[in-house]
Amino acid sequence: MPQSADKVLDHSKLFFEPEYKEMLANKKATFECGHSAETLAQIGDWTASWEYREKNLAREALTINPAKACQPVGAVFAAQGYEGTLPFVHGSQGCVAYYRSHLSRHFKEPSAAVSSSMTEDAAVFGGLTNMVEGLANAYALYKPKMIAVSTTCMAEVIGDDLNSFILKAKEAESVPMDFPVPFAHTPAFVGSHVDGYDNTQKGILSMFWADAERVANDSLNIIPGFDGYAVANNREIKRLLDTMGVDFTFLSDVSEVYDTPSDGHYRMYAGGTKLEDAKAALNAKATLSMQEWCSPKTMEYVATTGQDTAVFNYPMGVSATDSFLMKVSELTGKAIPDSIKLERGRLVDAIADSQAYLHGKTFSIFGDPDFVLGMAKFIMEMGGEPVHCLATNGSKKWAKQMEEVLAASPFGKQGQVWAGKDLWHMRSFLMTEPTDFLIGSSYGKYLERDTGIPLIRLTFPIFDRHHHHRFPTWGYQGGLTVLVKILDAIFVKADARAGDWGKTDISFDLTR
Amino acid sequence: MAKDHAGGPEDLENLIAEVLEAYPAKAQKKRAKHLSVAGATSEDADAVTGIASKCDTVKSNIKSVPGVMTIRGCAYAGSKGVVWGPIKDMVHISHGPVGCGHYSWSQRRNYYTGKTGVDSFVTMQFTTDFQEKDIVFGGDKKLEKTIDEINTLFPLANGITIQSECPIGLIGDDIEAVSKKKNKEINKTIVPVRCEGFRGVSQSLGHHIANDAVRDWIFEQPESENTKAFEPGPYDVNIIGDYNIGGDAWASRILLEEIGLNVIGCWSGDATLAEMERAPKAKLNLIHCYRSMNYICRYMEEKYSIGWMEYNFFGPTQIEASLRAIGAKFDETIQANVEKVIAKYRPLVDGILAKYKPRLEGKSVMLYVGGLRPRHVVTAYDDLGMVIAGTGYEFAHNDDYKRTGHYVKEGTLIYDDVTGYELEKFIEKIRPDLVGSGIKEKYPVQKMGIPFRQMHSWDYSGPYHGYDGFAIFARDMDMAINNPVWGLFDAPWDKAPIAAE
Repeated sequence: MPQSADKVLDHSKLFFEPEYKEMLANKKATFECGHSAETLAQIGDWTASWEYREKNLAREALTINPAKACQPVGAVFAAQGYEGTLPFVHGSQGCVAYYRSHLSRHFKEPSAAVSSSMTEDAAVFGGLTNMVEGLANAYALYKPKMIAVSTTCMAEVIGDDLNSFILKAKEAESVPMDFPVPFAHTPAFVGSHVDGYDNTQKGILSMFWADAERVANDSLNIIPGFDGYAVANNREIKRLLDTMGVDFTFLSDVSEVYDTPSDGHYRMYAGGTKLEDAKAALNAKATLSMQEWCSPKTMEYVATTGQDTAVFNYPMGVSATDSFLMKVSELTGKAIPDSIKLERGRLVDAIADSQAYLHGKTFSIFGDPDFVLGMAKFIMEMGGEPVHCLATNGSKKWAKQMEEVLAASPFGKQGQVWAGKDLWHMRSFLMTEPTDFLIGSSYGKYLERDTGIPLIRLTFPIFDRHHHHRFPTWGYQGGLTVLVKILDAIFVKADARAGDWGKTDISFDLTR
Repeated sequence: MAKDHAGGPEDLENLIAEVLEAYPAKAQKKRAKHLSVAGATSEDADAVTGIASKCDTVKSNIKSVPGVMTIRGCAYAGSKGVVWGPIKDMVHISHGPVGCGHYSWSQRRNYYTGKTGVDSFVTMQFTTDFQEKDIVFGGDKKLEKTIDEINTLFPLANGITIQSECPIGLIGDDIEAVSKKKNKEINKTIVPVRCEGFRGVSQSLGHHIANDAVRDWIFEQPESENTKAFEPGPYDVNIIGDYNIGGDAWASRILLEEIGLNVIGCWSGDATLAEMERAPKAKLNLIHCYRSMNYICRYMEEKYSIGWMEYNFFGPTQIEASLRAIGAKFDETIQANVEKVIAKYRPLVDGILAKYKPRLEGKSVMLYVGGLRPRHVVTAYDDLGMVIAGTGYEFAHNDDYKRTGHYVKEGTLIYDDVTGYELEKFIEKIRPDLVGSGIKEKYPVQKMGIPFRQMHSWDYSGPYHGYDGFAIFARDMDMAINNPVWGLFDAPWDKAPIAAE
């Protein structure tokens, strides 16, 4: 009997005990009617071939393991970054259960959002009643300061008009007339979560700014974008701006709501951009978007207000942080203080100490368009070489931008850009043209298993490792986090290769 | 144990009334019908648990109130996520936009053996990734091409299912016609499932639709070669409604095989298409998750005269009773084996109880899960000396609440399709020692200082079924409740001195 009270075996060990191994072998042989071991091996090998890669790349209709989600999860995330704001997703309710679960699995934190719970009758008659009742109930139960409405694909397909529905709900006294209910149409069949983020930001800002007159001041607005590391990254950017003495407003800041303490109380709302600050943000001198591809429509709108704008691509590492800080300095006239220069020097020092292990290492990178751009730039300035750069939600325009970034460095020579491709394509790339490492989200673990290429988890979602998002990846401090994660992967791999006692342990070095 | 544990309120009816106060009138009236306290009944006590209460006074399986933060999912989740998704040698297409398949990708822990991407596909995400033009012009052509591409890239896949997302039913696509056409062309089982998320009120209708699709697109098709070649025996059974979460079905199968039965199909955890196809050849269907698969059991009974019985492999009391009840359906050989198996595992059970019961005795538990576990796991807690303070279902029907009366005592708080607000208030007031629910509930509850276990995914542990699973269940509950972290919630400098006013 494999199990005992003294030493309880769970799934990680139990099924490798002889009783279970025999049972599973018997099940396979007697009942499963599967394919022969020979066929399995043959087809398995074939999936690693160039021939398979070509067939795989010829796909036109089927998507397998895409590294993108749909618009409304981005909408929910953007809304959660405003003070006391309840995301309200108009459409089928299962979607909201999915967004909340998805965000909780990454952050290991609560994620609040409500649905208008539309069903078959609403599909026929429209979801106005659901909106009217839903807003009233959400307002009464959860006492939000703002309700940000977005849509699931169901509501989009049947063509529900949020603007008129919200007006009618206000007329029906679901919420007070002057209660802020910004909205954004976020069809799942257009773009991805980064576009849902963009649409919601635009919806919120345009509601606050539409009828206001801009009285320009010297402050800056920061739009962080959809970021799994937002908790630490937002704090890091705020720290840098505070150090510089810059007056700034984060537009959507989830750093509190996705990092509440355990002290006996559940806080459904915490921190976030104060609504009055969001309103006043119209007066800023400029708005900076940390992630260009999370904010095209928002930034276009911001530019119409007369503000200056600047966009970045998930700035990681030395040069990208330099550019960001210099832009801030240029816009505000504030100097970059020596204390920040010291931080910069420390990051450069760390990279210099470790450059021998980084130089010439090859990396494949997948994730959102901005992340892949930012990551590739940082890899190259450390002497690493990006090879496969893949964004399932990357456009042709993004691909061009990515190619330019690669072309600008001798370390980008090997770079191949894959816009709109998925992780099953990536599998073929890694099987046929392997790299030393793979950088991406937890979904990359299947690629690591199939190809043996170590995965470095540096972007959303990270489900199977805990608390990474509590450490920044932006700023010079963040650069250190990223550097150490990459180095750890390099050293772990070196030790593993030299780890067999008496056989391969020649280079099992104590000091490196 | 939980921070600041205080006893529950004397009067749960008052608690319900207090919680309902927060709603606008219309919603209040609706929600009132979903909340109650288990009452007295004149029915006989359950033979296994010795319990009889009345829980079926609540309204269930009706629409959720908009805007209240229901915890429920949708029909797609019930079909793709629950019933079809675990079938390992078929490719399940999330047909429509990218999100549904993305959020449900690899999240249900349906364990399986196989070479993923070659002969098994459970932890992969296949989608038609609908774009605007697919909505406008329809997606049938794209679906056809998708099926061809699957057939090219995954030649060892034994079949394909089409799991409809919301837009499919709204734009009038004919996935049944596509399935028939492609079935003829590629000669593989293709199953269209109309599980659009807006259908029904929860995951539950998705289960039903998925069951009906098994009936129409597997059973009512020409018999497969595999099924023809199968020679039935007197001890052949199917496990129905075990999705092998963390290996549950394996920890159950091992017991059924030990008592001499032949598990010819497991629906649908670690299942192959062949196991689904041959199910009608069994002598008996053993159903664990009644809510999600009773439909197909009733159909097999009607069509093939196969009997079915519910069983419960959570905790030793129910396992023993279930093994004996299963044995009673067979001959003396099996019945003798049942007694041998019960005797064999007795020392293990004694060891588990000796180790964990003293650490868990008297601890109170609140549950909120799907359609089966809110009652099915209750006796396992009882075996450990733990007490159920409240329980409720996301998507149970009236017959589930009726069955719940065999598991929970009078005075237990019952909540159907509970809202985020209600659950938080109930937990805050009752302050149980443990809450068992899902990922969305986990972190709010833990922040309140109350230990928590996810009871959908076993919180990444498991199996919890069978004797082997009970050991893990007991360990996990102990681990959750008796971890020292719960004592760290208060900063020591904030502790007010005890002084008279």
